[in-house]
Amino acid sequence: MKKFILQRLTYSLISLFLLSLTIFLFVRLTGDPTVLLVEPGASKEDMAMIREQLGLDRSLAVQYASFVKDIVRGDFGKSFYYRTPVLELYLSRLPSSLFLAAAAMVFSLVIGIPSGIIAAVKVGKFWDNFGKVFALLGLSMPQFWVGLLLILFFSVYLGWLPSSGSGTIWHVIMPAFALGWFFAAAHMRITRSSMLEVLGSEYVKLARLKGLPEKRVIVKHALKNALIPVLTLAGINLVLMVNVAVVVETVFAWPGIGRLLYEGIAFRDFPVVQTTVLLSGSMIVVVNLVVDVLYAVIDPRIRLGA
Amino acid sequence: MAPLLELKNYSTHYVSARGTRVVKAVDTVSLVLNSGETLGIVGESGSGKTTLALSILRLLPMAARKTDGEILFEGEDLLKKSTEEMRQIRGKRIAMILQDPMASLNPLFTIGDQVSEPLRVHEGTPRRTAWQKATALLKAVRITAPETRVREYPHQMSGGMRQRIVGAMGIACEPRLLIADEPTTSLDLTIQAQYLALLRDLQREHGLALIFITHNLGIVAKMCDRVAVMYAGRLVEFGPVRKIFDQPRHPYTRALLQSIPRFADSRNRLTAIGGQPPDLSAPPLGCAFHPRCPDAIDRCRGEAPPETGTTNGHTVRCWVAGS
Repeated sequence: MKKFILQRLTYSLISLFLLSLTIFLFVRLTGDPTVLLVEPGASKEDMAMIREQLGLDRSLAVQYASFVKDIVRGDFGKSFYYRTPVLELYLSRLPSSLFLAAAAMVFSLVIGIPSGIIAAVKVGKFWDNFGKVFALLGLSMPQFWVGLLLILFFSVYLGWLPSSGSGTIWHVIMPAFALGWFFAAAHMRITRSSMLEVLGSEYVKLARLKGLPEKRVIVKHALKNALIPVLTLAGINLVLMVNVAVVVETVFAWPGIGRLLYEGIAFRDFPVVQTTVLLSGSMIVVVNLVVDVLYAVIDPRIRLGA
Repeated sequence: MAPLLELKNYSTHYVSARGTRVVKAVDTVSLVLNSGETLGIVGESGSGKTTLALSILRLLPMAARKTDGEILFEGEDLLKKSTEEMRQIRGKRIAMILQDPMASLNPLFTIGDQVSEPLRVHEGTPRRTAWQKATALLKAVRITAPETRVREYPHQMSGGMRQRIVGAMGIACEPRLLIADEPTTSLDLTIQAQYLALLRDLQREHGLALIFITHNLGIVAKMCDRVAVMYAGRLVEFGPVRKIFDQPRHPYTRALLQSIPRFADSRNRLTAIGGQPPDLSAPPLGCAFHPRCPDAIDRCRGEAPPETGTTNGHTVRCWVAGS
């Protein structure tokens, strides 16, 4: 068990190292940030000075080494553009992202679980097929397009919902829908397959043999068992939702970490991009590590096979 | 007195989605069972025993589209009942125990919850009273320390305990008929004997009729008043247990009895019935057993034998033995 955890931990650290190296190099492919930071017509000397201030005049290897060294000390650097510590920026944006992710999660579960149950109970019938189409659309329609359609319909034509920004409960509805649909589809599919498995079990058969009403058989005996894998997946998805909302946050001008990343890329704000990506990556790596370890605790086959 | 349960020419046919393949899982079965009696249903795997039991409770898989005949329970035809009426009969007047006690209990609910559930649903017993009754039921199936066990979960019980708990669930509403589908296959021999003794005690106390589905002929000999032998969905022989064991008439029954391994047997090899059980979607013409039958005559290959010989309720479907 100890060996297993150690092994997983090593893998996690290797992934984070590779991630830091990749993002460090890729963000530098976007171009020279000083061009965007100076007044138009600034002299070559001024630009060289700024470059020196930002430490961009050093070789890549030296820059990377100092980047890693600072992170290990807990220093994520200062934003080129805002001139404030990146960590502060990140933490000020995080609550918005968590709120959006929570709203999208509620939406995805409220839609995904009941439709998964109906699809499993009415397998092969109209509602099952309807659900399959709904899931397929959710999984295949790009989020930015869904977002634009929503704005067009609910803000432009109907004028019911604000098209962008945050602050009221109305602001979160459309971004949560655009972000949650994909996950609603995923949650529906896993609910359906998990329900189908449980409905075929002996204890559900026995519940029917006891003469329980069908509703009680499904809601009490089947659903509770079927929800276990759904909730596992939802837990992992919640972390994803916090971190992958870049497009949705940009379309709806939602002030979360996704938009921070987008702004960082647009302004070639290297420390912002590096930090946001690295922290998102860490969150996902940690959650996967925890899930792996928990599974190993539960299932001896995973534990011993490792 | 009218029998408790009577099947008249009952059939269950599974029809494939396009209607091209028909599997006669249960075919024109007739039998009777009186109150307080025990009926054993024996036969090879796939001979239709479980389908027959689920037919009585009308809990067949969706594919079973075609049923025919009559199932009279306390004089009423169960096939004519509505879904809701059937639900009220299940667990209340006819209960059934499944063969796998490990998988029959829901892992997420306490024993007390699951045992008291039929009482709460069928009789509207308040929760607290139902739990007290559940404790009493656990005691009746000889679970030690029922007061603590009632609050525990299935994974905390041994296999034998779980099977007894499933039994307690079956008799919770004091049904008139209890169907047990191979209730002892997964139990070891000492637990098996205890469980059978328990079922017999419960039967005596509550005047239960029992249907035992099994391929263990030893259990049939010990427990049952009547035996129904099934082969390829048909009842090939039906009668009082003594008659069937002492004077089996159908060649299949004889072969079954001969295949029981005996301790004192000096032969080195086990006796098996030659050949394979038939494919039910394309059964042999005539008597389904004729390809494996040592006594087969020409007539067996062309025509299915009718049910004959009703002396003392002993019937047989065989051209040779029936004439």
